[in-house]
Amino acid sequence: MIKESLHKRESSLSYPEKQLEYLANGIFKNGELPTFKSKIEASNQYPLRTKKLETLQLNLGYMCNQVCEHCHVDAGPDRKEIMTKETMAYCLEVIKKSGVHTLDLTGGAPEMNPNFRWFVEEASKLGIKDFIVRSNLTIVKANKKYHDLPLFFKEHNIHVVSSMPHWTKGKTDKQRGDGVFDKSIQVLQELNGVGYGMPNNELRLDLVYNPSGAFLPGNQSAMETEFKKSLLAEFNIQFHNLLAITNLPISRFLDYLIVSDNYEDYMYTLVEAFNPAAVQGVMCTNTLSVSWDGWLYDCDFNQMLELKVNGKTKHIKDFDNEQYADREIVISQHCYGCTAGAGSSCQGSVSQ
Amino acid sequence: MSKTYYNSDDLRKFGKITEWSEELGEKFFDYYGKVFEEGALTAREKSLIALAVSHVVKCPYCIDAYTKDGLQKGITKEEMMEAVHVGAAIESGATLVHGVQMMNKYEKLSM
Repeated sequence: MIKESLHKRESSLSYPEKQLEYLANGIFKNGELPTFKSKIEASNQYPLRTKKLETLQLNLGYMCNQVCEHCHVDAGPDRKEIMTKETMAYCLEVIKKSGVHTLDLTGGAPEMNPNFRWFVEEASKLGIKDFIVRSNLTIVKANKKYHDLPLFFKEHNIHVVSSMPHWTKGKTDKQRGDGVFDKSIQVLQELNGVGYGMPNNELRLDLVYNPSGAFLPGNQSAMETEFKKSLLAEFNIQFHNLLAITNLPISRFLDYLIVSDNYEDYMYTLVEAFNPAAVQGVMCTNTLSVSWDGWLYDCDFNQMLELKVNGKTKHIKDFDNEQYADREIVISQHCYGCTAGAGSSCQGSVSQ
Repeated sequence: MSKTYYNSDDLRKFGKITEWSEELGEKFFDYYGKVFEEGALTAREKSLIALAVSHVVKCPYCIDAYTKDGLQKGITKEEMMEAVHVGAAIESGATLVHGVQMMNKYEKLSM
């Protein structure tokens, strides 16, 4: 079980340019596998362009109470990068003028940002239709000051999206750390207790499944059936939807793939599972991702690889609606993760 | 590295068998794909059957493929090992049931 981020360990893979170099070379350089660009060219989908902006995804910081093995953010307690109130204020302005209907807060543990509650209160006033907080659940138990989060979420009608790699303790703890499963179960029960995830209740609780290893997620609806059956029978827990998300070969997951000698097989698996029909539904086509320090990216994964958006302005303070429209999306081999099988995005599968 | 008859990378090349016999290869893969679709049995149940049979026929490629397939379908390691035991039980049962033949022959030959 890892205890520190790649950043803290000073691993070469903590540098985005090293990750991109890895993804550009080897089996993609020698032609064994096609690059993502040539693959989407073959189905006449290059260049991939943005559609209407619908979702603003904000990374409130890399600080987290957990150190998950697969984390593409390389988050953990040793990360100090946190979005400032000033940057949050720029984000509020963009929400007002861009007309986005979905606001998606992520991290790290977004709740650890000292201005998290202030921001949620201010953003709530702007009439966001779907206000998502990606919570790791255990944060609620990490400190007394977080114990009332379920009620805070309820008060602001937050759509809670929580990671839950499996309905068994062993698999969950192996990926997310010892004790994570038991705490997650307790918090899910608390969320159910205030109404979250209950049938016919508008307080939305979705779970995110991502594979605990070098394999793809299975069929989202079949997995959802299994999760619902097991969590209800064993823990009396209910939730609305399961979002199956593929692990992308970047950051800590890339490190895991290389160390465990699974990298080539995993890339083969992603390329073989390439689904041209999933390309147009990937989240970067309607999402703008904002980093803790205000830079703009096509998605959270590009953010971690420091692949900033195309265009003259690249910072939230200079946001321009016009410039965003019909922009060419920055791609690399990691994009195969979002187009494999039924496709994958922060909203789960993108096609059938 | 010493040469072996089995090479795990060959699993990736399985589809190439079609190149030397297109019609038969395509018919096989169409059939194979159809077999594993959801039907009267779920894809999950079929994956476990495939895993058990993989062990019985001792196919290393199939074991790799259906261990990964099981993980993708959220099948637990306990379920996978029970499936392997089902295969092993049938295989050892198939050996042992011939013991009756041995017993019959023994009795027939003995005074």
